[in-house]
Amino acid sequence: MPTFAMIPPLLIGATDLAAAFLFMYGLKRMSSPVTAASGILVAGFGMIAAILASFLYVFGVSDAARPHLQINIVLAAVALIIGGGASWWAGKKVAMTAMPQMVALYNGMGGGAAGAIAAMELFGNKTQGATQLVVTLLGALIGAISFSGSLIAWAKLQGILKHPLRIKGQQWINGIFMLATLAVGGYIAFVNTSGATPLMAMPSLIYLFFALALVFGILMTLPIGGADMPVVISIYNAFTGLAVGLEGFVLQNPALMIAGMVVGAAGLLLTLLMAKAMNRSVSNILFTNFGAPKKHKQGAIKGRLKPVDAGDAGIYMRYASSVIIVPGYGLAAAQGQQKLYEFVKLLQAGGVLVRFAIHPVAGRMPGQMDVLLAEAGVPYDLIFQLEDINDDFANTDVALVIGANDVVNPAARTDKSSPIYGMPILNVDKAKRVYVIKRGEGKGYAGIVNALFYGDNCDMVYGDAQVVLIKMIEAVRGLGLSAAA
Amino acid sequence: MEFQITMTGFVAIYIFMLAAFAGWVIIGRVPAILHTPLMSGSNFVHGIVVVGGIYALLNASTLQEQIIGFFAVLLGAGNAAGGYAVTHRMLAMFQPSAHKTTHAKHGHAKVTHLKKA
Repeated sequence: MPTFAMIPPLLIGATDLAAAFLFMYGLKRMSSPVTAASGILVAGFGMIAAILASFLYVFGVSDAARPHLQINIVLAAVALIIGGGASWWAGKKVAMTAMPQMVALYNGMGGGAAGAIAAMELFGNKTQGATQLVVTLLGALIGAISFSGSLIAWAKLQGILKHPLRIKGQQWINGIFMLATLAVGGYIAFVNTSGATPLMAMPSLIYLFFALALVFGILMTLPIGGADMPVVISIYNAFTGLAVGLEGFVLQNPALMIAGMVVGAAGLLLTLLMAKAMNRSVSNILFTNFGAPKKHKQGAIKGRLKPVDAGDAGIYMRYASSVIIVPGYGLAAAQGQQKLYEFVKLLQAGGVLVRFAIHPVAGRMPGQMDVLLAEAGVPYDLIFQLEDINDDFANTDVALVIGANDVVNPAARTDKSSPIYGMPILNVDKAKRVYVIKRGEGKGYAGIVNALFYGDNCDMVYGDAQVVLIKMIEAVRGLGLSAAA
Repeated sequence: MEFQITMTGFVAIYIFMLAAFAGWVIIGRVPAILHTPLMSGSNFVHGIVVVGGIYALLNASTLQEQIIGFFAVLLGAGNAAGGYAVTHRMLAMFQPSAHKTTHAKHGHAKVTHLKKA
């Protein structure tokens, strides 16, 4: 006989099922630029439905919570409105160049939420059996690390923390904190399952556990440098997904389990892709100080740096038949994307074939340069990834490198002693002529001299990318040529 | 008929395993050009944690639980709303060439590549 009590769980179950489907379908639609925009819309519907349905939980609250139900409903609604509203507003306002830190921040929030849910389960002693307890602790650990680690990543990307903080014996300190966190977590599990009397009150133990996990997340992220951020953001994305999935198991909510694990796998895949593009292992990025000065024997480099005038370089490109542009983080730092596309349109109007070549780790998060070019209005069919365009450099008139260094360093191909040896690079040096727009004669992130800049076919254009591009635009306009000459 | 869902032991592991495979396969097909929106899109998807936060908060019976629960929902809602906002903004920016002129051939080659990838 169906009763009213059966309806809320049925509705929640059906909605969560639909939400899980919509998330997967939405992510699948994101696999092509043509359908991607509708993909996020689909996933958004799933989210709204799942949140609305979750208020049906009021019909099944525990007896202990029943007297507080009204307050709890108000609290939930207020938290939803404030948290959702503030984040929505910030997400609409933020500059595209600040996207990596924004994603890091939102990711940290998700990790924090998963950690908070675990904390409630632990403080309220609501878990049933050893398995649930261990899974809760694991989710709490991963969520807390993701929370504090993402906040540090945000502070670094935002420029609040300017330099990677490295102290002697850092790996040992990190290791000790990790072990201490695991030990306290293990002790909590032991006390709860065996019924032994704990050395200190249980709530204090739980606080200690979270404090240690949070500190570990901070310590782990502090030494990591700016150019390694794509890997860090990917890995914390995976962490939060995993934490959400684990807490989904504790709450017996399959939508959380599925969504969390899908994101966990996705984040892991992206992490591995990024590490591969740097030719380094994930552990190497997380646990060694790549940016630290290395004693590296630099082979003598023949040739000299040849500075040229921006206007001359611009005019040369106007008369070329094909140009490939390699943008790096320096372009974004100089906010030069708009001017770049303006220059590109001038070249296109003159019949020059212009394409963009993007290195997988260009920028501060995977694919950041693609987004910045898209924002400037560059159509996505002009943007090519490394493996699709690398062979074309050899028969291209001009390669224009803007604010990129290590990803075009031929030492990665030839010099076995180089720290970046084996990293896939864009074969810019094979183009007939290379122009490099650069702020000064400084070295790249890895601190390696770039032989490309000394090559016979390479000229340097020094200056801020935006200023240089404005000069190039003026020079080409000054020619007074009609379109398609 | 019972609509309460219980997932224990192997059933939970099966769900985790299949979801991880699905995530791996779906994401593996996304071209590098979309990696940033994809990452913020998957970031949005784990905002579903807000649902768990709401469940936990509604079942809170002490002040401490109410405070932590409030933050769980606050942070989860921030994750979901912000993730959606930035992903939607970014994806709306990806546009193909308006009129295919001299580069029509290249544009076409790219699109077929993306479909295949």
